[in-house]
Amino acid sequence: MPSLLKALSSQVGRKLLTGLTGVALIVFIVVHLVGNLTLFGPPDAFNTYAYKLHSLGPLLWIAEIGLVAVFAIHSYIGLSIWWNRRRARPQKYHVYSSKGAPSRQSLSSKTMAFTGVVMLIFIVFHVRAFKYGETTMTSIPGVDYPVKDLKALVITSFLDPVMAFAYTFVMMLLGAHLGHGIWSAMISLTLSNPQRSAAVYTAGTIIAVLLSVGFLFIPLYIYFTGGQGALIQY
Amino acid sequence: MSQMTIHLKIWRQAGPDVKGAFENHTLDTVNEHMSFLEMLDVLNEELVVAGKEPFEFDYDCREGICGSCNLVINGRAHGPKRLTAACQLHMRNFKDGDSIVIEPARAAAFPVIKDLVVDRSAFDRIIAAGGYITVRTGSAPEANSIPVELEDSTFSFDYAACIGCGACVAACPNSSASLFTAAKLSHLNRLPQGEPEREKRVIAMVEQMEKEGFGDCSNFGECEAVCPKGISIASIAEMRRNYVKATIAG
Ligand code: HEM
Ligand code: SF4
Ligand code: FES
Repeated sequence: MPSLLKALSSQVGRKLLTGLTGVALIVFIVVHLVGNLTLFGPPDAFNTYAYKLHSLGPLLWIAEIGLVAVFAIHSYIGLSIWWNRRRARPQKYHVYSSKGAPSRQSLSSKTMAFTGVVMLIFIVFHVRAFKYGETTMTSIPGVDYPVKDLKALVITSFLDPVMAFAYTFVMMLLGAHLGHGIWSAMISLTLSNPQRSAAVYTAGTIIAVLLSVGFLFIPLYIYFTGGQGALIQY
Repeated sequence: MSQMTIHLKIWRQAGPDVKGAFENHTLDTVNEHMSFLEMLDVLNEELVVAGKEPFEFDYDCREGICGSCNLVINGRAHGPKRLTAACQLHMRNFKDGDSIVIEPARAAAFPVIKDLVVDRSAFDRIIAAGGYITVRTGSAPEANSIPVELEDSTFSFDYAACIGCGACVAACPNSSASLFTAAKLSHLNRLPQGEPEREKRVIAMVEQMEKEGFGDCSNFGECEAVCPKGISIASIAEMRRNYVKATIAG
């Protein structure tokens, strides 16, 4: 039997790793989304959430390092799969077309590498803007020193149309990535009942749309209400 | 019986290491009852009569069971019809005046031998790596001496239907042989006869598939759509699961 390293670098192993890291990233974005949606909660909910997260200290660093590693493994293997196809078919077809269902070739599956790379670039700017960005300070109940006013930072950021629409666009790409991604991860990791394949695909698409809409609702709502909408309490 | 005119654009390549190119031909005597391969026979006859070289293409059974025919027709492996091998495809699936592009399966692991014929011995080597069972040779064993659950025999039979045509590789955007390999594995792995080599088999066949230069799988599912036998992509998930089990058991 192969060593673990050899097993993981085999074609099957690589696919298990894209699947596992993909699922880990989905878990991360679900948690991220729930956190973001506290913007629509009581006035201090978002800043309290952010404060609590930061006060985890070393635990948060470990989670962040883990997350960076997951992103790195996922991107590296995903992109190498995309790149390697050239070697497996040096001479391209003169005409090529999909045979249709049950094929899962779609805009979503064909653009995995593109949507992935755009997300990767996005993440760099995103972290710079919101994690390391300049903020004013505010106070939250139960804490007797000033904390970062991230809620204000998010709201002022999305009053800028470029920011609001760029975010919306990238979140649509996230939806596209997951439209194929969720189903694909299931095929990579578990699903082996042919009868369930179609249902799993549909469920994956629905979850992808929900996640995408969940994220992009925030910048759009802030932009179109000027940050004054009824859903945001001050 | 209506006659059709068909414009053909067919790949011509003299040998493995020479550059190929398309050649155009028009056939006026195609009728809807011809199979796709019969249409090519007619073309070849015309070419021979005219003193030209006929096109080489692979076939044997001409009834969808041997897996020899493996043409990429207008960009689709085995042509437009689902669950149909190129030899079972009738010209009634085309219209008078249609243009049809015919190419060989294209993959680094399937080098062109001549024209539309590719070398698929990579598949044989994947099978040789683990697609066998160990039985006592001699007289045939009594068929009922090993009980097999109906569910398992049905499962196994669904995957035993793979004819090794290579359409899955031809159609896969990554040229992956995962569907073929997974079908062979699912065929043997659930049967008591295949049990002793189960773990060794999955590791060896996956290794061989990669060694042959087939690409990675991105779960595009195009393989299932072109497979003349309807092999499900779920077998690929089963292959991965067995691979994990075999590695852990290692
Ligand atoms: C929050 C971010 C992300 C999530 C939730 C996510 C999720 C997923 C999932 C679930 C899959 C399917 C895995 C499988 O086929 O087994 C996948 C595939 C893929 N991901 Fe991501 N991904 C994310 C970010 C990225 C990034 C940043 C990149 C690259 C720069 C990327 C590139 C890819 C590629 C190329 C594939 C297809 C792999 C293949 O062809 O088999 N993804 N992603
Ligand atoms: S899995 Fe289907 S397409 Fe692939 S070789 Fe077998 S019969 Fe042909
Ligand atoms: S010639 Fe045998 S399957 Fe087509």
